[in-house]
Amino acid sequence: MNRHLLGLEYCSREEIESIIQTGFSFKEVLSRPIPKVPTLRGKTIVNLFFENSTRTRISFELAQKRLSADTVNFSVAGSSVAKGESLRDTIRNIEAMKIDMVVVRHKSPGVPCFLTECTDAVIINAGDGLHEHPTQGLLDIMTLQEKLGSVEGLKVVIVGDILHSRVARSNIYGLQKLGAKVALCGPPTLIPVKAEQWGVEIFYDIGDAIRWGDVLNILRIQLERQSAGLFPSRREYTQRFGVTLEKLRRVDKEITIMHPGPINRGLELEHDLADSEFSVILDQVTNGVALRMAVLYLKSGVPAQE
Amino acid sequence: MKKEKYLAEIIDPNGFQRTLRRLASEILEQCGGAGNLVFIGLHTRGFPLAKRIIECVKTEENVDVPIGSLDVTLYRDDINHRAESLQMQVTDVPMDIAGKTVILVDDVLYTGRTIRAAMDALIDLGRPAKIRLVVMIDRGHRDLPIKADFIGKYLPTSLGEEVSVKLKNIDGEDGVYLVSTEREET
Repeated sequence: MNRHLLGLEYCSREEIESIIQTGFSFKEVLSRPIPKVPTLRGKTIVNLFFENSTRTRISFELAQKRLSADTVNFSVAGSSVAKGESLRDTIRNIEAMKIDMVVVRHKSPGVPCFLTECTDAVIINAGDGLHEHPTQGLLDIMTLQEKLGSVEGLKVVIVGDILHSRVARSNIYGLQKLGAKVALCGPPTLIPVKAEQWGVEIFYDIGDAIRWGDVLNILRIQLERQSAGLFPSRREYTQRFGVTLEKLRRVDKEITIMHPGPINRGLELEHDLADSEFSVILDQVTNGVALRMAVLYLKSGVPAQE
Repeated sequence: MKKEKYLAEIIDPNGFQRTLRRLASEILEQCGGAGNLVFIGLHTRGFPLAKRIIECVKTEENVDVPIGSLDVTLYRDDINHRAESLQMQVTDVPMDIAGKTVILVDDVLYTGRTIRAAMDALIDLGRPAKIRLVVMIDRGHRDLPIKADFIGKYLPTSLGEEVSVKLKNIDGEDGVYLVSTEREET
């Protein structure tokens, strides 16, 4: 078991399975009349969010509170980072206040890894630039295991903006390690060059992808990046790659729809589809808390190597 | 790897069954029947042991007593930080324990820390009217002021020894053994 959680690329299959299995135990804890356990009492965790987030931050915070840890939230607005303090100094100062664990999100890939060199605290990556978002990858796999049993041999299509997606990368590494088959689908401008080196199928037609897959994990089209001209218009994207009930009905099989949120309804996903029986999107959110509890719990127990 | 070396047989299969029957009778006598009872077995051996005691209660009073299982890992004060000790098992308490007499079942009572954790865990699940503790073996060496209400056998031990309770429903045969454990050289 690694001491930190930096990305699923660096996790063994056993570690991934152990975290997810523990996640299911915590799901039971969350269903109790008092959904809180004293396990991390006395541990202090800092949530260091250099980038906006709703779901992930709330989910981590809830997970920490359910485990009775003490939490401190840090966001860039109103902090000394705005005054020009370096990342190393920020973390050294926070560490001087006796911190056990740091949950970090940053726009630059590699920041969590860099932090492991600046501090003795355990580092959990909550998303670093275009690199990885390991807890999202884990909760996606947990949700698939819950709904469909095993992911071994399952065919999962990741649809949309693969190029800018850390969720896609974590899903690819995690799913492949657990024996699932992964495909990517999107406009050629949004699929990374040499993506086939991951050993994935690539589809440029959503119809082909739907025929191939059992699961569609639909990524958010990052509208803030749309000015780069990677696709001509929203309308064209929706027509070619938007997932609609009508497109799903063309194949005669059960398809599971996932989305890491936040959803652009009517853009990558048809309005009502997110609430349909195909969707496990809210299960993903529920499982997110349990899964993050599992990560915090298991990582709190791995001693620093001498 | 731990290797178990058997030193002595403490209870044989027939004696084991008689002890179970006695424990069931004592519980029924002291609690005034099975009406308000709920059995909660602790992992790993406490749960199957609770099932066996319930069978004896059924033969005696012909009632079905509800049973639940409890994993106390998250409530422990001595989680030693090794990956294998962090693995949890199922907690499944399908009934309301508020107002009930909870019969907590474990195989061996030792430091008392598991029972302390179990009581905290139970109280988070509801407010039992009473909690009573049943153990197959009380081996002494308590760290906390905890004592069992119903005891299969009191067995003074030394710290280097361990007690191994075997059950028909998981190990194939009933019995209690005194074992010494030594770490195998690797």
